[in-house]
Amino acid sequence: MQADLIVILPEILISLYALVALLVGAYTKQDDIAGLMTWITAAVFVLMAFWIGTTGGSAQTAFDGMFHDDGFARFSKVVILLSAAAVLVMGQDYMARHGMLRFEYPLLIALAAVGMMVMVSAGDLMALYMGLELQSLALYVVASLRRDSAKSTEAGLKYFVLGALSSGLLLYGASLTYGFAGTTLFSGIIAAADGQAPLGLLIGLVFVLAGLAFKVSAVPFHMWTPDVYEGAPTPITAFFATAPKMAAMALFARVVHDAYGGVVADWQQVIAVFSLGSMFLGAIAAIGQRDIKRLMAYSSIAHMGYALMGLAAGTVFGVQAMLIYMAIYVTMNVGTFAFVLSMERDGRPVTRIDSLHLYSKAEPGRAFAMLVLLFSLAGVPPLLGFFGKLYVLRAAYEGGLLWLAIAGVIASVIGAFYYLRIVYFMYFGEENEGVETERSPILAALLMTSATIMVVGIVNLFGVEGLAGVAAATLVN
Amino acid sequence: MDNLLSITTFIPAIAAVILGLFLRGDDEDAQRNAKWVALIATTVTFIVSLFILFEFDPNDTGFQFVEEREWLLGLKYKMGVDGISILFVMLTTFIMPLTIAASWNVKTRVKEYMIAFLVLETLMLGVFMSLDLILFYLFFEAGLIPMFLIIGIWGGANRIYASFKFFLYTFLGSVLMLVAMVAMFYDAQTTDIEVLMNHQFSSDSFSVLGLYIVGGAQTLMFLAFFASFAVKMPMWPVHTWLPDAHVQAPTAGSVVLAAILLKMGGYGFLRFSIPMFPVGAEVLTPLILWMSAIAIVYTSLVALAQEDMKKLIAYSSVAHMGYVTMGIFAANQQGIDGAIFQMISHGFISGALFLIVGVIYDRMHTREIKAYGGLVNRMPAYALVFMLFTMANVGLPGTSGFVGEFLTLVGVFQVNTWVAVVATAGVILSAGYGLWLYRRVVFGPLIKESLKSISDMTRREKAIFAPFVVMTLLLGVYPSLVTDIIGPSVEALIVNYETALAAAAEAAETAQAQLSE
Repeated sequence: MQADLIVILPEILISLYALVALLVGAYTKQDDIAGLMTWITAAVFVLMAFWIGTTGGSAQTAFDGMFHDDGFARFSKVVILLSAAAVLVMGQDYMARHGMLRFEYPLLIALAAVGMMVMVSAGDLMALYMGLELQSLALYVVASLRRDSAKSTEAGLKYFVLGALSSGLLLYGASLTYGFAGTTLFSGIIAAADGQAPLGLLIGLVFVLAGLAFKVSAVPFHMWTPDVYEGAPTPITAFFATAPKMAAMALFARVVHDAYGGVVADWQQVIAVFSLGSMFLGAIAAIGQRDIKRLMAYSSIAHMGYALMGLAAGTVFGVQAMLIYMAIYVTMNVGTFAFVLSMERDGRPVTRIDSLHLYSKAEPGRAFAMLVLLFSLAGVPPLLGFFGKLYVLRAAYEGGLLWLAIAGVIASVIGAFYYLRIVYFMYFGEENEGVETERSPILAALLMTSATIMVVGIVNLFGVEGLAGVAAATLVN
Repeated sequence: MDNLLSITTFIPAIAAVILGLFLRGDDEDAQRNAKWVALIATTVTFIVSLFILFEFDPNDTGFQFVEEREWLLGLKYKMGVDGISILFVMLTTFIMPLTIAASWNVKTRVKEYMIAFLVLETLMLGVFMSLDLILFYLFFEAGLIPMFLIIGIWGGANRIYASFKFFLYTFLGSVLMLVAMVAMFYDAQTTDIEVLMNHQFSSDSFSVLGLYIVGGAQTLMFLAFFASFAVKMPMWPVHTWLPDAHVQAPTAGSVVLAAILLKMGGYGFLRFSIPMFPVGAEVLTPLILWMSAIAIVYTSLVALAQEDMKKLIAYSSVAHMGYVTMGIFAANQQGIDGAIFQMISHGFISGALFLIVGVIYDRMHTREIKAYGGLVNRMPAYALVFMLFTMANVGLPGTSGFVGEFLTLVGVFQVNTWVAVVATAGVILSAGYGLWLYRRVVFGPLIKESLKSISDMTRREKAIFAPFVVMTLLLGVYPSLVTDIIGPSVEALIVNYETALAAAAEAAETAQAQLSE
């Protein structure tokens, strides 16, 4: 028992922190400590990420295999915690200026982070569901954090209703799986579904995959994404686009390899179709968007398509490629949203893309950083975004999915158009009233750091390649 | 020095970083500084590249000055030059200082302009030097970014359309190449170009979706690379981005595009398509030869009908690139020698022609042929330079244009006489549009009011044209300067190509024999 608790110590510590902070917040009844609390939460995240990243050795399990602490989980947790910390820090000032900074905000994010950490470590369908719901419930609340805004509450409600539906699908799939495998433990399921799975288990698999696809917003379960992205306050949107995506993707990989690793051919085709649909829908639907937050929603759908392409390969290298892709994706999105957060006019946030007309004249440095990020998002070499695509393409080819690789590169050309459109506004546009820039040094620093990583990272990916390789190897065996 | 190539490649990039980080303001002084930094950096690059040329040993057909380092994903950072690539490197370093000098009158966003050109030079040099598949792709594609910005920011009235068309067209062309590269990587387990050139990719025919593919995987890979290089070249019928891009780009952008960027396609055929997929190349040779012949005749006819000077020269570029592809796929010594020669010579001639248009565009701000006439009366020096390059473009003996065209025609005549016959008709057509353009712009009475006060070329402009004139005439009367350098490497290329074809044919025969037993 005690050994089990030690394995989940990081999760316990963050939960304890959240509870203590909740008490402090409730008793002081002061929202003015919220800013401080945001910083502390971010610091706790970074500390935990550092701890998880540097300690640990061999893989451990707790609670009779319900919880795995292996290289794969650690890699995902570090990415989740660091991106959550970055998003907290960059949203703090924005939330404060728009009167949304309540002390619940950092705490809910902390609880969501715990949920995500449980998700990526899950070794059992119950643990999976527990983590997933803890994360989702926290996110439903933060999505509607702006109570007086119809759009924000709509976003929260929509997210909740559709999220509940997907949870239902997932649970139904889990119950079918349980019925045919006789256990909810991944290790038991994989034993029951070795090579030839019973039909009921396959149906269960499909339902589970559908539920997970909702969480990563893969087509055809993507409908909530644009509305939630647009309606939620921008810092929350930034959060949605980063850490939960990483967590859901990691969970996806965990489930298909740990639980259904014996029937790769069966889920491979499902994921390949998710991937194909996401890449094309993300690329095509984004073309008509005029709001940068909606555009980023479609962009993230497309990016999830590419990450799923790595997963669809069904190999160790495929998982490695997916992890690298997600790490790069998260980094790009932190930078992009730092830019979106800094767009405003007369103290009010602006999200229309055409307000960026000739932004490069007013702010050459920021415009250039954004230019780098946009080309990286589009996957144009020599930026890091290209290498993410290269990894998943290679994985897909090796997994025998040549058609998917070809479709992927064609979708990337279509997708390049809308990123170029933003470049067009920033660099080639004509004079109009334009946007002012919120001169927050944190936003500028995050934007510049992210852009610099996109350029400098191509030298050796900061060693992420090796780490992701180790992580993938612990998952697939 | 061990890393001469890297130094050459990255001098412009370093200068760009320095400009970007340390040059503040947008006043006269800052603009002048930006120009001088760019000019000095490109000139230094040219001087350093001369060391490469002087120390290069033409009789060694392998790669020289090789640098190699490990990189991620099992890729390599590997650079090197051989007889085929070295002259493209020299062409790039030679043209760039001249284009910077030709941009001296740029007024808007000078710093960014210079940065874009410096970055572009680094990327172009990288393309010609890289010996790793993905590294090549990196440089090849990255060049789109600065060019997109150059057209989009400093271009003409319809620049937005042209920049998007340029970017998406060429991007679409090359992503299929990326998939083929991934396939090659998987097949050969390496991305080292030197190794890949000796790797035999499978050429067993098979059927996909009811389509029987002769040459199998090699043909498919060849087609994927062909999609990219044909767009870049550009070959008929995927050339339509070029006239738009040329017309809208600023003068210096057009010069770089015509003189260097188009050569990447031809270089790609020589570096990848022919040596790596010989069977695929052989299967598709007739198609490509005819496409080239059509390109030569068709685009020459289109050029005849143009009213915009830049568009006319752009179409003439497509026609001249037709000779290049024709020569390459003739796959004999004269053909490939001629193709490389034609690319180098076209670099000088088309670059100079775009500068010539730029000279009068700077004065009159129009490229309409109708707006001019009788310029010889006020601009004698200009008329002389214009005439020289018109003649070179037509392919008059004594200029470098003649040598390339003649060699490629000789080469292709041995392979496919009819293609040679059709292509030769293009020579006449090129004389038609070239001389007609010259007559309408330069000769005739000077009746237009607006032209009465036009001034002849300044000393700066004359200085820019001098190197172009020298190179065009020098290569015209002494072509061995080029062929001595490229000859041995081209010979090795052809020997390898023929050996590979013979081996593949033999293997196919054995397979056939086994099948019939």
